[in-house]
This record gives sequence, C-alpha cells and structure tokens, in this order.
Amino acid sequence: MSPIDLSQHPPFIYPDYKSSVSRGPLQSPIDLVGLTNQRESGERSGSLVNRFSVGKLDHDLIRNGQQGGLPLGERMVVSGCVVNQWGKPEAGVLVEAWQANASGRYAHRVDQHDAPIDPNFLGVGRCVTDRDGNYRFYTIKPGAYPWKNHPNAWRPQHIHFSLIGETIADRLVTQMYFPGDPLLEYDPIFSAVPANARERLISNFDLGITEADFALGYRFDIVLAGINATPVENDLDEGGHN
Amino acid sequence: MKATLPLTPSQTVGPFFTIAMSNCENEGRLSSPVGNEISGMGEPVILVGRVFDGEQNMVPDALIEIFQADAAGSFTNPDFLGFARSHTGNNTDGYYLLKTIKPGATGSSAAPYISAIVYMRGLLTHVYTRIYFSDEIDANAEDAILAQIDDGRRDTLIAQRNDSDGVVTYEFNIHMQGDKETVFFSI
Ligand SMILES: [Fe+3]
Repeated sequence: MSPIDLSQHPPFIYPDYKSSVSRGPLQSPIDLVGLTNQRESGERSGSLVNRFSVGKLDHDLIRNGQQGGLPLGERMVVSGCVVNQWGKPEAGVLVEAWQANASGRYAHRVDQHDAPIDPNFLGVGRCVTDRDGNYRFYTIKPGAYPWKNHPNAWRPQHIHFSLIGETIADRLVTQMYFPGDPLLEYDPIFSAVPANARERLISNFDLGITEADFALGYRFDIVLAGINATPVENDLDEGGHN
Repeated sequence: MKATLPLTPSQTVGPFFTIAMSNCENEGRLSSPVGNEISGMGEPVILVGRVFDGEQNMVPDALIEIFQADAAGSFTNPDFLGFARSHTGNNTDGYYLLKTIKPGATGSSAAPYISAIVYMRGLLTHVYTRIYFSDEIDANAEDAILAQIDDGRRDTLIAQRNDSDGVVTYEFNIHMQGDKETVFFSI
C-alpha cells in the first residue's frame, strides 16, 4: 500500500475535463513499494530542501514585473504553512507560483484571451519556506478567464502552485482558489477533486495576514505527503491545517 | 497507525506553466532556479523525447522533471543536485531536452535509472516513471523492478542510446495511453 494516496487526488480521467480523456493514463500505476517489498527507492531518497535559491524580489509579484509602473488590480498577501501529513512544518521547500493578471490574462505567448496585458505584471513568483514552514507572496488578485472546455466555460480565479519538498515523492502541483467564487461549482478541474477534499484548495481571507493600507491577506496552508518524515509525537491539532 | 492530515489535492499544471518553470519565457526577466541541466562527474549524456496522447498526437505542453543518483549511484551526495526539468514546448518538434550525466547503479540488483515525473494540461495528478538505458542489457536483466514488469510493457521504460560525433543521446518517449502506454508507478 503506497502512502501516496491517490484517493485524495483527482482521477486521471475525468470526462467533464475534456483533455483528461486522452491524456490521463488508462493503466493503473504500479506500486513500487509493493514490487520491491522495501521502502527504499530513488524516489524516496535524497534531499531537495534548501537546494534552490531565489532572488530577492522573486516572492513579490507586485514589484518583480515592474517596467516603470505599478501593476493594476487588488493587492494581496498570500501566505501559509507547508507541513507534511504528520503535521511537521517543512522548511526549505521551494514554492513556485504563477497566475493571470487582474484582467485574467497570462504573460504567455499562447494565451490569446482578449483581455489586456499588464506591462508591469509577470505573474511569476517563488520563495523558499522558512524554518517554521511558512511562505509568503505579495501579488495581485488574478482575474477569471474563459477557456474552451465547454460552452461558456470560465476558470474560477486561481493561483498555480508548485512545491518541491524533501523528495520527489512529496512533489505537488496544485491551484489555490478563493472563498465564495461562484465559478467553482462549474469548474471541472476543481470538481475533479474528491468532494470531501475540495475545500482544501480554497484559501481563507485572513485579517491577521492583511497589511494595513496595503494588501488583503489570504491564507493557504499546504499538506505534502512527506513520506520520509518521522511522525511527530504529540497529537495533531485536527482543525489546524485545512 | 497515527492519524494523518489529509493531503492538499493535486491539480493540473495547466498550459501556461512555462512562465514560471522555464528560462526561455519572459525574456529571462525572472529566471527559474531549476534548470534543464544536471552537472557532475560522469559520462555526459543528453536525454530527449516526446510525449504522446491517446490519439497519438504529440503533446506540446508537457513538463518533464528528472531526479537521479550521481555516477557512483549515491542519492545523498551533497555536491550533486540530481534534479532538472524541461518541457515539450521548446520547439515545434515537441522534444524535451535534458543534459545530465549517466547515473550509477544504486544496488546489486538494480540497473541504473533516472526517475521522471510527467505533468501536462489535461493531467490532473502527475505521474512517475523510470528511465532505464538500452546499453545496460545485463544490468537491466538483473533489475528487481524491471523483472516484475510484464514483458510486453518493459520496453516502455528503456531509453534508446544513440552515439554520434562523440555525443551520447538517449531517447525516451512517453505514451500516455494505447499499445505503447508507458509504465507509470505509484511511489
Ligand atoms: Fe490558470
């Protein structure tokens, strides 16, 4: 039994999300642990924490794309704690983020959505979690954008996240959403997540993270598989990491 | 067994990840800390390949990440970072390209291999596979993992070596579905 529990993640094929039908594998993944009868493998070895360095402004999307002016949109602080499944904070994790600008347009040549490009916003950020597992980005609230999946399909506002933790078994690529977004219930990418797990992808407005006269705070905590970590001895704070 | 926290679910990497994960976007204004090269002592090799969907169409927006041991087979060498990434949108041919060194075998019943993670628009949860080497015939025959893969599917894990002008290239194509569907692992 693999500790990377695929039942907590979306299935490979989710027909409402059209491109999954020909791109998701049809055969079940083969359990490497079961094959070797041992818990050691390259995929569970090595250490990738604190191996990547980031620039001084990399976490600040409000400033790192400026070309002579400020980006447009509602300023936000997005912050959270990265822990493993036993609740242990994960320090030294590379957190990468990318997103559309306030109008719903990516700074990517393939994005043809007819919404304005913001010359002062790249929509790219990265940081490394501190010793307590915390990360923090300054950014602009991304706009919703249309896509071709089904008639009148619009992606809910979201920020893409990528995390490189201790080993590649911890690897996570996900998306953060916003509370109360009416588009969530129509979005097949969000809905592909098992129903009881969807709320884990929705950030919470947080007055404590909010910075006075500057930016609204959203909290998005992240739980990685953390297969190599030693379980912590004290009991878990059950409500603490959703 | 102790209670564990529920994991944060995976989502697709989407079509626009290259703005954050590739150095060729954004005119290098915010270069990625993860490159497409792994450097260290050993035999330099180039790893290339394409990704195909269930209709045998080339996937032009897939992300490939690799992780490997050093030339001595160690995963814990502090001077060696065995991690790199590339994607299939570098050129119109749809090839990812990674420069690395050939890893050493990591045990007595293990052939050398590189672990790979595959992401793309349309793939909601990433998949893991392994890249073994076509010129390691004896070691592959002894490998404890390869031995347990069905004969008809084992070849999907073998990269084909090509030597020309002193450059060693291994080609490893990934098929998401179909007769040649690549073997993926849960780890
Ligand atoms: Fe997106």
